[in-house]
Amino acid sequence: MSHPVDQAKNAEKFVADTVHESHLDKVLWMSRMNRDAAAREVPEWEDLRTLASEIKEHTLSNLADYLTQFEAKAIANGMIVHWARDAHEHNQIVYDILAEQGADTLVKSKSMLTEECELRPFLERRGIRVTETDLGERIQQLDNQPPGHIIGPAIHKTTKDVALLFSQKYGSDPKNEDPAYLAMAMRENTRPDILTAPAGMTGANFVIAETGAIVVATNEGNADLCAHTPPVHICSVGIEKIIPTTESLAVFIRLLTRSAGLGLITQYTSMFRGPRKGATMHVILVDNGRSARLGMKRFWHSLKCIRCSACMNTCPVFRRSGGLSYGSTYMGPIGIIMMPTFEIRKYSELPFSSTLNGSCTNVCPVKIDIHEQIYAWREVMEENDQIQVVKKEAMKVADKVLSHPALYQIATATLSTALEVLPHFAVYNRLNAWGKHRDVPEAARETFHEWYRKHRVETSEVVAS
Amino acid sequence: MQVALMVPCYIDMFYPRVGIATLELLERLGVDVVYPMEQTCCGQPMANSGCYEEARATEEHCARVFGSFDCVVTPSGSCTHHIRNKFTAGADSPEKQNLVRNTYDLVEFLHDVLKIREFPWAIFKHKVALHTSCSAIRGLNMASMSERVHDPVFSKPRTLLSGVSGLQFVEFERVDECCGFGGTFAVTEEAVSAKMGYDKVAFMQKSSPDCIVSSDMSCLMHLQGCARRQNQDIPFFHLAEILNGVSL
Repeated sequence: MSHPVDQAKNAEKFVADTVHESHLDKVLWMSRMNRDAAAREVPEWEDLRTLASEIKEHTLSNLADYLTQFEAKAIANGMIVHWARDAHEHNQIVYDILAEQGADTLVKSKSMLTEECELRPFLERRGIRVTETDLGERIQQLDNQPPGHIIGPAIHKTTKDVALLFSQKYGSDPKNEDPAYLAMAMRENTRPDILTAPAGMTGANFVIAETGAIVVATNEGNADLCAHTPPVHICSVGIEKIIPTTESLAVFIRLLTRSAGLGLITQYTSMFRGPRKGATMHVILVDNGRSARLGMKRFWHSLKCIRCSACMNTCPVFRRSGGLSYGSTYMGPIGIIMMPTFEIRKYSELPFSSTLNGSCTNVCPVKIDIHEQIYAWREVMEENDQIQVVKKEAMKVADKVLSHPALYQIATATLSTALEVLPHFAVYNRLNAWGKHRDVPEAARETFHEWYRKHRVETSEVVAS
Repeated sequence: MQVALMVPCYIDMFYPRVGIATLELLERLGVDVVYPMEQTCCGQPMANSGCYEEARATEEHCARVFGSFDCVVTPSGSCTHHIRNKFTAGADSPEKQNLVRNTYDLVEFLHDVLKIREFPWAIFKHKVALHTSCSAIRGLNMASMSERVHDPVFSKPRTLLSGVSGLQFVEFERVDECCGFGGTFAVTEEAVSAKMGYDKVAFMQKSSPDCIVSSDMSCLMHLQGCARRQNQDIPFFHLAEILNGVSL
């Protein structure tokens, strides 16, 4: 049985690294500010969010119909459609396609789904060299780290970090931190792979049932290069990415980039409707736990997610913890509510990595009630006995004392006993967690209770007598 | 009008002055205030931690103590939010339904029920950095939310404090970013919690306020702990203290 990810402990290390903590906080807060500014320019912003949410709910409620409609259209367009029940099936399908071509290399654009399926190590174990062509994803690949953010995989790194990494991997100038120089160093290294690779892979931001088209949004154009250059294009799609029509796509395109704080629209928004002449195009529709989540009454709404990252950018905990602290494919608020559906024990602590402040819910372009779901997940963790024994015991003591006024009044009469009663303090009292970075509140000479008895109850008794 | 005063457990223990200020303020306004002596806590600390089983008896006790009143007022947005929107650990009962319906945060009670705008007995010639809790903003809609960019800007706590003679507000960055308290989060994720607190205090201090004010004492308990650890002795006040005429 896997040990739960200790996000708090990982976050503690990140906070201690003041350079990276303040870098990430500033960069992502800027994204949040850019998101606000972009939303302000769209008077119908809230209506768009509602519409997007309704389209997603409708599509998810008729998922099987839309998926088969898409499949028929995609086949008619000349694509080869595969269905994968889980990560292993997905990876095997990709490998089989590559093996059939005799391919030993694969160039790919960024795809969180392939991260989720752990495709890269699967292929590498089978002798296939994989080159990530998204700058951030490539940085993470070279540094042997998973993505730290769903759209900016290396956003937690400073240009200094990247200059050093590239100097080691590419022999570039370690002192030159100019982003354009660094991007060029990476391109010079990856472009030859794109030109020679027998197969290219992309993810998908949306797939359209009506036309059988696949929509990919990038800022670097690398997805287009991966799709257009090699003779084989493989596209992996989570089944929840489907939307009904091209018309509905417009709603999401208007929301996606603005919510991410990256301007009005990505540099490239490409629709792939079928293979080029002489090329083949495979689409893999992946479930990997999605239909199970669709059946969860309290949690299916997380399937509406369009992976814009707005919830992460606004999350004060995420900005100060770093995406890697979650130890998961999806991180931040949306990750907290998605990951336990994959593996409840491993991600049982994630729902506690939130202050429940609600900012994530307010920025979500498809109106997922993220913080309410985080709260609900805490309850599920209790139902599934996933709450730490020490916390549980402290809470039991608290309930006993707090449900008995006499016990409460005895316990609160002195500060030392009060500290044991107050669950805020009691949970990890032995570790003195409150006092590590904060002063404890001073003891009051008398509780309000005692004051009231002296100044109101006793005086009124005197008056009454 | 008879009102039952609910004093949150941490105010009872650590900040009785806030309970006293709330009581005196309501009495000044001619409200008939009752303080049920057998009250303890609403159960939020346990429920907020996912421990619903462990919140049940406390929640049911709270419903028994307060369920018969037509109006319950508490100087805490956090407790009000919990009772109004999250009171699901205990058994359903008429008392509980009554309590859920009739509980108000002090700010709501003054602003929406009594509709008080002037506090002539209070003079406070100082610069205030006002912090409003996430429970109050996003849970109780007591102030506009920065994420909702098209909504009209308002703040009930600010409107009330504007009725205090001499009081000036200072503006600061990231005004409605969470302070990092978050209930048990403050101890389960103490490093991030404290960093959020340090950042919040730093943003406020940049505007040189004379004091920090909030209608939620739990946020202030955390922020004051953070400030003191950094050797900053800026005073902290609950909004009730200012409205009741405290002097710096």
